[in-house]
Amino acid sequence: MSRRDTSRDTSRDTSRSLLRATSVTHRFGDLVAVDDVSMHVEPGEVVGLLGANGAGKTTLIRMLLGLLATSEGEVVVLGGPPDRARRRRLGYVPQNLGLYRDLTAEENLTFIARAYAAARPVLPPDLAAYAGVLVGDLPLGIQRQVAFVAALCHAPEVLLLDEPTSGVDALSGTRLWDTIRAESDTGVGVLVTTHNMQEAEQCDRLLLMSDGKVVAQGSEGDVIGDTTAIAVHTDDWARTFAALNAAGQPVVLDGRAVRVADGDVARLEQILAAEGITARLEPVPATIEERMLVLARGEADTS
Amino acid sequence: MTFGVRSARVRYGDRTAVDDVSVELDAGSVTAVVGGDGAGKTTLLRALVREVALDGGTVTAPDKDRLGYLPASSGSWAGLTVAQNIDFVGGVFGLAGEALAARRAELLAAAGLTAAVDRPASQLSGGMRRKLGFCMAMVHEPALLVLDEPSTGIDPVSRIDLWRLISETAARGAAVVMSTTYLDEAERAARLLVLDRGRALVQGSYDEVRAGFVGTITRDRAAVRPHWSWRRGRERREYWPDADQPAGQALVEPDLEDIVVALSLAARNREGAAT
Repeated sequence: MSRRDTSRDTSRDTSRSLLRATSVTHRFGDLVAVDDVSMHVEPGEVVGLLGANGAGKTTLIRMLLGLLATSEGEVVVLGGPPDRARRRRLGYVPQNLGLYRDLTAEENLTFIARAYAAARPVLPPDLAAYAGVLVGDLPLGIQRQVAFVAALCHAPEVLLLDEPTSGVDALSGTRLWDTIRAESDTGVGVLVTTHNMQEAEQCDRLLLMSDGKVVAQGSEGDVIGDTTAIAVHTDDWARTFAALNAAGQPVVLDGRAVRVADGDVARLEQILAAEGITARLEPVPATIEERMLVLARGEADTS
Repeated sequence: MTFGVRSARVRYGDRTAVDDVSVELDAGSVTAVVGGDGAGKTTLLRALVREVALDGGTVTAPDKDRLGYLPASSGSWAGLTVAQNIDFVGGVFGLAGEALAARRAELLAAAGLTAAVDRPASQLSGGMRRKLGFCMAMVHEPALLVLDEPSTGIDPVSRIDLWRLISETAARGAAVVMSTTYLDEAERAARLLVLDRGRALVQGSYDEVRAGFVGTITRDRAAVRPHWSWRRGRERREYWPDADQPAGQALVEPDLEDIVVALSLAARNREGAAT
């Protein structure tokens, strides 16, 4: 049954999928780190992979890269198994960027291009001034741009990026996205793992993992699903916060209001009434983070 | 009591790291200092805790015994257990015996670290380690709590948990200031200060920042003036400081990211025009 569903889901032409995992599982002893996950990345697509720590993102990526064997299921990368020859056609920018901090930008590019047997890339004009500077002395935004130039030197067909804009200012972040989109516009498929909600908004499609499984996918709205939060508006946010927090509700401050993820209006009214607090309770769509919090609390309850 | 800095300026050699920045930190509220690498966030916070001397301007902050500080680097000792880390800092502030034990239990329960009390800090997840650092900065119930990027690099669930701890601290009456690279966190603070290359780009409550934004932002597949535009997903946004966008352009209701990018572009384009 599930096999038929999978084939229907892929009824359009997916023979060109750049990355495809079909019902993959990975076990570390008794721990099921990735549990029956199917996903794919098509040419020209930017897919965001979200999930809390321990959700299975890293294990899934390592299987896609062929660095970890699957316990069950199949990984197809660029039309075949993720062997060394196909791995050479991938580009990867890890969170720590994978550059040598005590080499200059130019020396890093020379080294990396040789490792891939590619021509040494030319730094774009706005980076040329940094060619002779030790990477460790460059601002983080520039380091990230150099890491991109390095990852793109062998014209990869798939890019795997780990929080590509983390730590840089908003304007530098949009410039890094220009680079990423310039690649996807030429047909490169991009898989971005991220904790950062601004990055999630830049993706065409999101996959949300929890407890080893893909629990939601699609747009931001699809991922949030029917999870709601309750915005609590009062004159005294501090007392309101303290009352709800003491009652064990997952409450956070939001400007001068407080929010409760997945809150139950009747229960919240009861808590506030007991403290003599008058409040207006407004159901609002949850954020992706709140959806993750609700998932994590569900796991804690069942384990 | 209001803490803060007024017209603060810090130079490192010939580089100005913080340039004429003022911010007021009210008791019982959270202020977010937001910006990227090199924006001046850490320098501003270190000036506030008097680890960096100002080259101009003034600092108003409580004495050490009423000031809590979580540095960006770590904030805990890797080889010590969770309990030992807290006890060490508690001892520095003169807490001992039952008072220290009670405070430790209270902090760890709030942070969800009770089960990890005997674990070395080196064996905590990134999120747990930041929460431990938070507890250590809070051990002496400071009137001003200064947190340097408490949430960078930790997973979203831990971030929400940390934000709950920060909210709780403000609810109890402390002034809290935290730096972050995440704009969505800044939106949730009572007041935000956006730093760009050492200068205040914009500040106030999120509502004030939105209300005070001048000009319009449009969206389209391509930009009319590329140097006033930036990418957002498959589209480009474009800033029109004088609201002189061509007819027929789709307007967007700007969020904090739009506002920050638009003002950053305006600052650079003004400099470009001046040189």
